[in-house]
Amino acid sequence: MAAHNQEVWQRGRVIEADYVATDIKRIVFEPTLPVKAAPGTHLTVAIEIDGAIDTRSYSIVASSDDGTRLTLSVFKTRNTRGGAILMHNLKVGDSIAMTQPMQNFPLRIGAERYVLVAGGVGVTAMVNMARVLREIGANYELVYVGRNREAMAYLDDLTALHGNRMRVFVDDEGNSLNVDKLLGSIAEHPFATETELYMCGPIRLMDGIRRSWASHGLNPPNLRFETFGNSGWFEPEDFIVRIPRLGIETTVGVGSSMLEALESAGADMMFDCRKGECGLCEVRIIDLEGEIDHRDVFFSEQQQRDNTKMCCCVSRGANPNAANGTRTVITLDVS
Amino acid sequence: MTLLENAAAKQSIRSRPVGNTPTIKNLGSTTDKVLNFPLNAWYVAAWDYEITRNPIARTIAGRPLAIYRTEDGKAVALADACWHRLAPLSMGKPVGRDGIQCPYHGIVYNSAGRCISMPAQETINPSATVPSFPIVERYRYAWVWIGDATLADPAKIPDMHQLDDPEWVGDGLTIGVNCNYQLVLDNLMDLTHEEFVHSSSIGQDELSESDFVVTHDDTTVTVTRWMLNIDAPPFWRKNMRDKFPDFEGKVDRWQIITFEAPSTICIDVGVAKAGTGAPEGDRSQGVNGFVMNTISPQNDRSCHYFWAFMRNYRLESQLITTQLRDGVSKVFKEDEDMLEAQQAAIDANPDYEFYSLNIDGGGMWVRRLIERMLEAEGRPASAQPEHAHRAPKAAR
Ligand code: FES
Ligand code: FES
Ligand SMILES: [Fe+2]
Repeated sequence: MAAHNQEVWQRGRVIEADYVATDIKRIVFEPTLPVKAAPGTHLTVAIEIDGAIDTRSYSIVASSDDGTRLTLSVFKTRNTRGGAILMHNLKVGDSIAMTQPMQNFPLRIGAERYVLVAGGVGVTAMVNMARVLREIGANYELVYVGRNREAMAYLDDLTALHGNRMRVFVDDEGNSLNVDKLLGSIAEHPFATETELYMCGPIRLMDGIRRSWASHGLNPPNLRFETFGNSGWFEPEDFIVRIPRLGIETTVGVGSSMLEALESAGADMMFDCRKGECGLCEVRIIDLEGEIDHRDVFFSEQQQRDNTKMCCCVSRGANPNAANGTRTVITLDVS
Repeated sequence: MTLLENAAAKQSIRSRPVGNTPTIKNLGSTTDKVLNFPLNAWYVAAWDYEITRNPIARTIAGRPLAIYRTEDGKAVALADACWHRLAPLSMGKPVGRDGIQCPYHGIVYNSAGRCISMPAQETINPSATVPSFPIVERYRYAWVWIGDATLADPAKIPDMHQLDDPEWVGDGLTIGVNCNYQLVLDNLMDLTHEEFVHSSSIGQDELSESDFVVTHDDTTVTVTRWMLNIDAPPFWRKNMRDKFPDFEGKVDRWQIITFEAPSTICIDVGVAKAGTGAPEGDRSQGVNGFVMNTISPQNDRSCHYFWAFMRNYRLESQLITTQLRDGVSKVFKEDEDMLEAQQAAIDANPDYEFYSLNIDGGGMWVRRLIERMLEAEGRPASAQPEHAHRAPKAAR
């Protein structure tokens, strides 16, 4: 909702902090300017890394009615950048700069039926939605997908709260989600055209659901998703970008985006959303040694296959077949 | 005494201490001059007939809306600001069964406010949505809910059933009034003003002379006034003669005003031949009307005042329906003029406060119920002071 997207900065004091799954820390903040966080909202925190201020956005997992308790969950991966580590080190009593809740993923009240699909840490965007749907007596189903139970935050809480409205799929237990089967059941349901599916999770899961949604002929605008926090098809790795016209060659490390690397190399870059939605950061690919991990939702699948343009805020070079350490090299031009 | 204290002491002669009131609960008085409006409430956005496939613009409770109907006849209320560059969707045009196209760069939204087509790209940005507000048609009105949609229960729509009940007929209009909505509520909760504002139609001396009773519960306030054995003022003499052509003589007159929070007031009004038992419940020797009023704040200094006059006699006569609508409309014009003059005086005298009379009993309970709603929403009772806030006239 555009209306709630102004950044209003405040301070948040940590009042609780604990681990809710392997590498996932739950942190409860008491903000100085409390407002109740609606389902689907996130907030941005400002943190200092190596002397520079950087920002990170996190879904709001829970909010008290008066907004004086806001819960975030912070996931630490192998390739975690400084931000998550810093967040993980927060202790009760610490205080950081944060915005008030902002909305990019509104839950629409009034659909006949809802299916929520959470993959891994993507569950953080779904916890509050599921709770609200339960409270208003909506017809909903929560599908929670993860690698193993230890890595799945809030599993017990969600199971206790949602009972048989929740279905759990765990890869390591040989019980993976069959996306086509799930979407087939949605398409056959009497409320098929009135069903809204909200999802947040890894890009493989979201791409799979997007394709299956289309192939089942389901109503496109009823598929709701948020891209922030997207992982790629491949693990991030170092790669090289060149802009011959500007005499730039730089290595993009796992901890930064291609956009950031090009900016620090001196290119004057245009961008807006920085999450692969708006297309403003597109660059033209002149030559490519290796592959591109397109992580945006701006280009169509065909455009992504063409490999003539990419959204440099999220997409990366990848070299899935090269175990020998050769790095992808992308040669491009910018506007 | 320092200069500052001196000034403060002088000031307090006329104005009450304001500002820095620590919490809403501590407010002793309930006379904010510019009362805030609750957001968790159903407000009338439009008459049913105003909503067509082509969008109209209307601001309700501070939120500009584009309101239209789908091909299937369902009313839709979207935020009147495109996701892209905030161009008003109310200037857009209908597309397909339920869509609306932004007039500027052509983004198309469906009735849920989701983008279904985006210019110059093959995909659709998943963030591209505009808020869609709950809207329900009931009693010839379309009611919207601007606040927390999870609380939007249609059972909370105020009772205005006379508007579409087969036992009643009548019609009404909308008035855009440049005043805080609460001034209209005050006006309707105390009909003593009829004697002074509406002296040629429904006013009479007995109004300020007769006693009245105020009662309330959690969501309603009722003011009851009976005037026995009086002359009928011109408006009521005419109505009596519509039903009893030869009518002469004294009447018993009643006004039973019922407020339903936050801004609906239905007034049971009428007269009956004096001494025929109307106060005891036998109204057969009289005429009965219901003045249906519901006021939707546009912003803190303007409102849409939706009203109708319904009657339960001579149901067959369109002539009487039109006469009553036009007659009441003239009466309400007198209120409109007074309310706008009052608001202008309030704004021109920011350092003066309100004081109360015993006739304000009903209005004061109304304020208290509204302030409780605001407190429950965690919002201040007083609207932000906005200077020189001359909004365009509400509703048409
Ligand atoms: S900045 Fe929007 S897609 Fe990259
Ligand atoms: S402002 Fe609506 S499409 Fe640009
Ligand atoms: Fe009046």
